[in-house]
Amino acid sequence: MKNAVSPVSRLFAALLLAGGLVAPALADVTLLNASYDVARDFYKDYNPMFTKHWQAKAGEKVEVKQSHGGSSKQVRAVADGLEADVVTMNQATDVDYLADKGLVAKDYAKKFPNNASPYTSTMVFIVRKGNPKALKDWSDLAKSGVEVIVPHPKNTGNGRYTYLAAWGYALKQPGGNDKSALEFVGKILKNAPLFAAGGRDATTTFMQRRLGDVLVTFESEAELIAKEFGRGEFEVVYPSVSILAEFPVAVVDKVVDKKGSRKQAQAYLDYLWSKEGQENAAQNYLRPRDAEVLKKYAAQFPNIKTFSVDEVFGGWSKAAKAHFVDGGSFDQLYVQK
Amino acid sequence: MSVRRANTEPAWVRYTLLTLAFAFLALFLGVPLAAVFAEALRGGWEAYVNGLLDPEARSAVTLTLAVAAIAVPLNVAFGIAASWAIAKFEFRGKSLLITLIDLPFAVSPVIAGLIFVLMFGAQGYFGPWLAEHDVKIVFAVPGIILATLFVTFPFVAREMIPLMQAQGKDEEEAAVSLGASGFQMFWRVTLPNIKWGLLYGVILANARAMGEFGAVSVVSGHIRGETNTLPLHVEILYNEYNAIGAFASASVLALLALVTLVAKTLVEWRMRAETAMLTAELPPEKTN
Repeated sequence: MKNAVSPVSRLFAALLLAGGLVAPALADVTLLNASYDVARDFYKDYNPMFTKHWQAKAGEKVEVKQSHGGSSKQVRAVADGLEADVVTMNQATDVDYLADKGLVAKDYAKKFPNNASPYTSTMVFIVRKGNPKALKDWSDLAKSGVEVIVPHPKNTGNGRYTYLAAWGYALKQPGGNDKSALEFVGKILKNAPLFAAGGRDATTTFMQRRLGDVLVTFESEAELIAKEFGRGEFEVVYPSVSILAEFPVAVVDKVVDKKGSRKQAQAYLDYLWSKEGQENAAQNYLRPRDAEVLKKYAAQFPNIKTFSVDEVFGGWSKAAKAHFVDGGSFDQLYVQK
Repeated sequence: MSVRRANTEPAWVRYTLLTLAFAFLALFLGVPLAAVFAEALRGGWEAYVNGLLDPEARSAVTLTLAVAAIAVPLNVAFGIAASWAIAKFEFRGKSLLITLIDLPFAVSPVIAGLIFVLMFGAQGYFGPWLAEHDVKIVFAVPGIILATLFVTFPFVAREMIPLMQAQGKDEEEAAVSLGASGFQMFWRVTLPNIKWGLLYGVILANARAMGEFGAVSVVSGHIRGETNTLPLHVEILYNEYNAIGAFASASVLALLALVTLVAKTLVEWRMRAETAMLTAELPPEKTN
């Protein structure tokens, strides 16, 4: 029987540990921020800053918990009952989904400045060291013999931005129209040996499996790649024009009204536009909205012409309808492929 | 030796097969396992220990142990009750019950998780009622426990049913006719007979409870320091390029798997030894 004792005592020890789980939280208020996959570094720095700020301002101890995952998966969870006080996403479509479900105000984009997006980014090219294929602009990605690594345009934010960026570039060429854009994007997609499952997966494919000649990704991701894989391995190329990626934030009305945490949740998001919040964005290689902060960090944000989804496509829901729903332009191209 | 007796194949066939088997094992089991530890220790011991002592990693370990500590005993209770009913009694719907017990093996864990979201989620059948009464199930610890219970359910029962069926009910009937109470009969007669099988089931259920990813991922909500189990923590760190932290946590899971393997082998060995003793029908004075 001696052997039977050890699992019992192990279970007992585990139960004791479990007791620690239900210990009361030390904070006065706990906020939950449901966010997209790669925002962790940003909020890891930002949350303690806000806690300190709110302690000084309101004399209240706020603890912010984070939940990260694929952005669409996250809003789905919030709709299914994940009690997030605020959502901080990488695409308006995801917050729109919550607005449709009545969890977030329909006019959430007007509740905060700058389209409710405290920082922006843009799509850039990552190429192998020395840029052996001399890839300079979107048109080079459509040339035959170039392999392009990009996440799936239909169901990843990263992939959608890439798709729309190339489309917008084609529209802006002399004589550009929807037909020429479709053809142009089709050529780029033909150069994709595979569609990665997500932004991180695309990076791993390009950097670790060493597939492809160019990876299209967020400017902010390029810095993370440098941190992980070293600067000697690749170069960042800024195309002549690219898309403006906005990262909308919103208070989840249904949750804060129930928990009584509206004041803190609102303050938490407001603080993103403060000097400290904007500096933190810049330090995480996200382009700050604040002109002064942007100027201070100008060295790491080369000038690039950008267009927004609203300008060129009339908003995300229209863009999604035209390109990414079943039977949209992507499906037409994919069938051709 | 039995080896010589059983062996009628030429030596080269034997060695080829053996080499193949070992090469396969080394390639698909040994190398990945070694890689986990190599990657975890790539940044030296200090980075490894830091990865494990990170508050989020510790909370993940605590949650994983707590979930196993709740799910496994519950499964033991359900498993004994179910296998007892199936092995010792005849009733209508018995085969249906057996099928239901096997259901979690047949259903993909992700689907299992989604079922709980569909039932208890805010847009699910019981969601509005639960929200009204301020009960949180999905995206909280209860949901994780439920999902773990679901996927580990067959392990104990599946181990016990054939064992109890083979043993029949003669000994229990003898105990009762000699005046044993229900509990005495269970404690003194049934439990000693099934203890190794039970332990075997517990070990398997425990391993699955600690390692489950799919079902738990769906119902967890991924709140850091609150609803992240160890396997979920590994995935998150890996996606964040924190390879050392990810592999350090993975190494804890790998160690748990190794402990499970050793425990399983020990139990199997004891089971075989006892069965051998029983079938040999040793005279009473020769016991050792």
